[in-house]
Amino acid sequence: MTPSVAQPRSLDDAVEALRTAIDPTVLAGGTDLMVAINAGSRRPTSVVSLIRVPELQGWHRDGDEVVLGACLTYAEIERGELASLVPALAQAARTIGSPQIRNAATLGGNLGTASPAGDSLPVLAALDATVETIGPDGVRTLPVLEFVTGVKRTALRAQEIITAVRVPVLRGPQEFLKVGTRNAMVISVVMAALVIDLDGRSVRLGLGSVAPVPVRARDAEALAEGSVDWDTARIGDQTVFGRFGELAAESTAPIDDHRSTAAYRRHAVSVCARRALERALR
Amino acid sequence: MSLTGERVRGGLGESARRPDGGPKVAGSFVFSSDLTADGMVWGSILRAPYPHARIRSIDIGPALALPGVHAVLTAADVPGDSSYGLEHADQPVFADDTVRYIGEAVAAVAADHPDTARRAARAIVVDYEELEPLVEAEAAITAEPIHPDGNVFAHLTIRHGDTTASGDVVVEGDYEVGMQDQAFMGPESGLAIPDGDGGVDLHMSTQWLHVDRDQVANCLGLPHDKVRMSLAGVGGAFGAREDVSMQVHLCLLALHTNRPVKMVFSREESFLGHVHRHPARMHYRHHADKDGRLVKVEARIVLDGGAYASTSRPVLVNACCFAAGPYAVPNALVEGWAVRTNNPPCGAMRGFGAVQACFAHEAQMDKLAAALDLDPVELRLRNAMKTGDRLVTGQVVTGAAPVEELIRTCSGWPLPAEDPEPDPMTLPGGAGRTADGSRLRRGVGFAVGFKNLMYSAGFDDYSTARVRLEGGVATVTCAAAEVGQGFVTLAEQIVREVLGVDEVILAPPGTADIGSAGSTSASRQTWMSGGAVERAALAVRDRRDAGEREPIEETYEYHHPPTSPLDENGQGNAHVSYVFAAHRAVVDVDLDLGLVRVVEVATSQDVGRVLNPLQVIGQVEGGIAQGVGLAVMEEIVMDRGVVRNASFTDYLIPTALDMPDVAIAALVEEPEPGAPFGAKGVGEPPTISSSAAVAAAIRAATGLALTRIPVRPQDIALAHRDSTKLA
Amino acid sequence: MTDSVTFQLTVNGADRVVEGAWLGESLLYVLRERLGLPGAKNACEQGECGSCSVRVDGTLVCACLVLGASAAGSEVVTVEGVAGDAGGLTDVQQAFLSQGAVQCGFCTPGLVMTVHDLLERNPTPTEVELREAISGNLCRCTGYGRILAAAQAVVAERSGSGRSQRETPS
Repeated sequence: MTPSVAQPRSLDDAVEALRTAIDPTVLAGGTDLMVAINAGSRRPTSVVSLIRVPELQGWHRDGDEVVLGACLTYAEIERGELASLVPALAQAARTIGSPQIRNAATLGGNLGTASPAGDSLPVLAALDATVETIGPDGVRTLPVLEFVTGVKRTALRAQEIITAVRVPVLRGPQEFLKVGTRNAMVISVVMAALVIDLDGRSVRLGLGSVAPVPVRARDAEALAEGSVDWDTARIGDQTVFGRFGELAAESTAPIDDHRSTAAYRRHAVSVCARRALERALR
Repeated sequence: MSLTGERVRGGLGESARRPDGGPKVAGSFVFSSDLTADGMVWGSILRAPYPHARIRSIDIGPALALPGVHAVLTAADVPGDSSYGLEHADQPVFADDTVRYIGEAVAAVAADHPDTARRAARAIVVDYEELEPLVEAEAAITAEPIHPDGNVFAHLTIRHGDTTASGDVVVEGDYEVGMQDQAFMGPESGLAIPDGDGGVDLHMSTQWLHVDRDQVANCLGLPHDKVRMSLAGVGGAFGAREDVSMQVHLCLLALHTNRPVKMVFSREESFLGHVHRHPARMHYRHHADKDGRLVKVEARIVLDGGAYASTSRPVLVNACCFAAGPYAVPNALVEGWAVRTNNPPCGAMRGFGAVQACFAHEAQMDKLAAALDLDPVELRLRNAMKTGDRLVTGQVVTGAAPVEELIRTCSGWPLPAEDPEPDPMTLPGGAGRTADGSRLRRGVGFAVGFKNLMYSAGFDDYSTARVRLEGGVATVTCAAAEVGQGFVTLAEQIVREVLGVDEVILAPPGTADIGSAGSTSASRQTWMSGGAVERAALAVRDRRDAGEREPIEETYEYHHPPTSPLDENGQGNAHVSYVFAAHRAVVDVDLDLGLVRVVEVATSQDVGRVLNPLQVIGQVEGGIAQGVGLAVMEEIVMDRGVVRNASFTDYLIPTALDMPDVAIAALVEEPEPGAPFGAKGVGEPPTISSSAAVAAAIRAATGLALTRIPVRPQDIALAHRDSTKLA
Repeated sequence: MTDSVTFQLTVNGADRVVEGAWLGESLLYVLRERLGLPGAKNACEQGECGSCSVRVDGTLVCACLVLGASAAGSEVVTVEGVAGDAGGLTDVQQAFLSQGAVQCGFCTPGLVMTVHDLLERNPTPTEVELREAISGNLCRCTGYGRILAAAQAVVAERSGSGRSQRETPS
């Protein structure tokens, strides 16, 4: 068998390449895959690179939503108009890796890797994003929380790829906070993404690095939603913020590892959730 | 392979440019990982996955069966000494029957491609019997020995003055320093080329060519002159290249395959394949009178040396000699242990034992100041060591000891203003946008430290240099390892100064051409190799001035004054000279998240004489970066002998967004008697007390005890939460 | 090796053919070991140090995280080609020398590439912008002070404003 790197120039070609290749490895930005290859823990026999598929590039507005191409890079998310449409995602993008990483790493890749520390995941969870895929069985659409099924596990089927992520454009403040032991280029210890939907009158809190998969803090959300004066977009009861943080922490299942401890993660979630809500609605 | 590219100008005291700078910015400088040779194959090492295990059997068959594999070697293939070591040869070239730390070399492979070599190494079948790892240093003192040479590398007691003395005020504390890594950027790498006559040429990045050469030759069972080592470009060192890493393996593979063999450690392998800074546990008790004058310092220091000896003994000697800090201490009782465990071997890192002790003695000084209700700076001034005072080893400090001036200039430097509208990127947490202005606290901490220059305790420390003058061009031959510190620049400056010539050429350093220059460590090359180059150049000048015709060549072997080992009470004239530094750190701390932003580190350094201002600044700023790293983020995380973070993803060193502004309050130029040009080495002092200053600043900001570095976010946040709950 | 690939790319303006490479080789390995361009450095091989920073089709990336064969048809610029046809040293390289930004030099090529990339996109960065831009380039020797000084010297020089904020003594 001849090893190969397929570089399809259309989505149809990409689907076909994946269908015909034997044990294909999907390559997008390469920032996760190449780490594994360089370490010798993955040895691909054939590679399908998605980075030149036009349908997977960039983003576009679709009514009340934006459609983010799977190969949209974090550098693209960080700046420009997109940053004002989905601010929490832009804030998260700026915390990811280094500028060089952000120039290469893609949103689809972050989803596909599905690391518990994946920086975009809590934001996508808070936004109730949907993940669009294509494969031999056609096109599928899954809520992000159904897409990510476990530590580095997803609902992607064999020969299926992510094509896009659909997120709503919402009126209301958004916040993303990430705790790491360094001021830049650091794997998250805890993340909190808060999205306020003033029109839908909802408060949504996504948490990362505190469970095998991104978490929505439903009890905290319910408390906050019940406490907001939606006409002024403020929470008057000053005890709500602290309680919001505590409920957020209760929705997590963190672990001790070499980056931090479960006790700190639980505590830091409560602090970050509280601060996010204070910034947004105090 | 020339290590230098352009001619530079400038004599002593000027910021002469590095001769290797041009190639380095152009990408043409040849680092050890850039080497290549015709017919070259690639080496790879199989490393043990357990911290403690018995090897029942090794089957290299599956590796040899892979196409492209040229050699697979194990302990049985080592023709000479089976072990090596800087001071004591107790580290096996390959683990034979026992594995004593995770990542210990078990076998080596040569193959036609690095991926093939790696796959072949993984194809070797090793049958291990896992053993319980010994991971607690304190327990190791009395535990069943895990090596035939026992578990105690060194035990030292210093009894100074009246060890029963007591003071009006007594403060006591336990302190801990985590395992720091040198984390140089250029991974271990080298190229060994067989000479076809049973010998081998080894091109390596190292700190000490001749001692590497001796260890390699002993293991190969060859006369020393059959192994020739040349310095290949070194991508930083900081102590981690003092010990042999891949040198023996590379030469064995080259001799077995009769081909050039190249090896480059991955970053993970680099973390596993070199020594680290010793983790330390320290118990201290300080006694002072009512006026804050130190009466007695008691300390018990336990260093975890890991599986093999490396430089554990001299590191312990240093930790104990400098345990009380740069203060006049009339009475002291210091007990130190350096022990063997199944943790990774520890050895030299910038500061060499003084860093660990400094963290503890400076925390104690702050505690004492609080107990006396004295300003911490004032307490230090009252006790500052000066020329004529004695160390706790009884030795009189005869050279420059401008401790008071360092403290005054550093503490007097203006504090940085608080930014009323800070960029969130500059707050604790940085890009993570976590900071809440109302929950930030600023703290200021101060620390002073010192250590010895050059080798001590009876070691015959010397350097050799040759200067040849021909046609108005001076050529310097010296085996001093340039690891980034800028000795190449200094050597040229010295020769220009002495001989008044413009053009100076540095010959590539190698063992075949000249005797040892000693190690690039202990802040010693400016003095030792600088001294050798100066004396050789002076001898050339004398002959030229006497009218002799060129070429004129002189070789000089420079020795520093002899020192003695410490006696059974830890007393004796063990050191030649000392260097001092003061640091003041300013930090912002997020009380709830425990995240720290080091805002500024101001420093005053004792330098003797500034020979190259730009290079001194570079050493100071770089040394402080490593001190800041140890204070707030750098640690090899161990879990029952297993390294959990052997990567740059998880072993964090400061980025440009973590590194504070450095304010150099003073470079104190009090010439050191006996030192060439009066200059002291400047490599280590910036690292010694900067960690302690940052930790003190975090304590000041939080009011927490924080007796361990690195200070982790959870150490601050959870302790702060608990303290406010109690309140 | 049996599982080999062959491809072509443009490096520093020249067409280069890579023959018989292992499929998994990174662009960094291809540059260093197959094309004789060791300027991009190998320090972590997981994108955490920036030592291998190169430009691929105008974008600054870590060469260790680019699958070599997937760069087929791309235009790659390494430190060896950063001066372009003019040759010699660029103003950034000169400033690294004059400001003392070079010690061991292992991080230097990557930082030279990063500073060039930044100043093309943002000719007058603030100090925070500058620090953020180089935050993916680890340096273990300098503490970044002289590197910042070098970048600021270039900004000052290019904007004709003379002295920079962090001038180092001469």
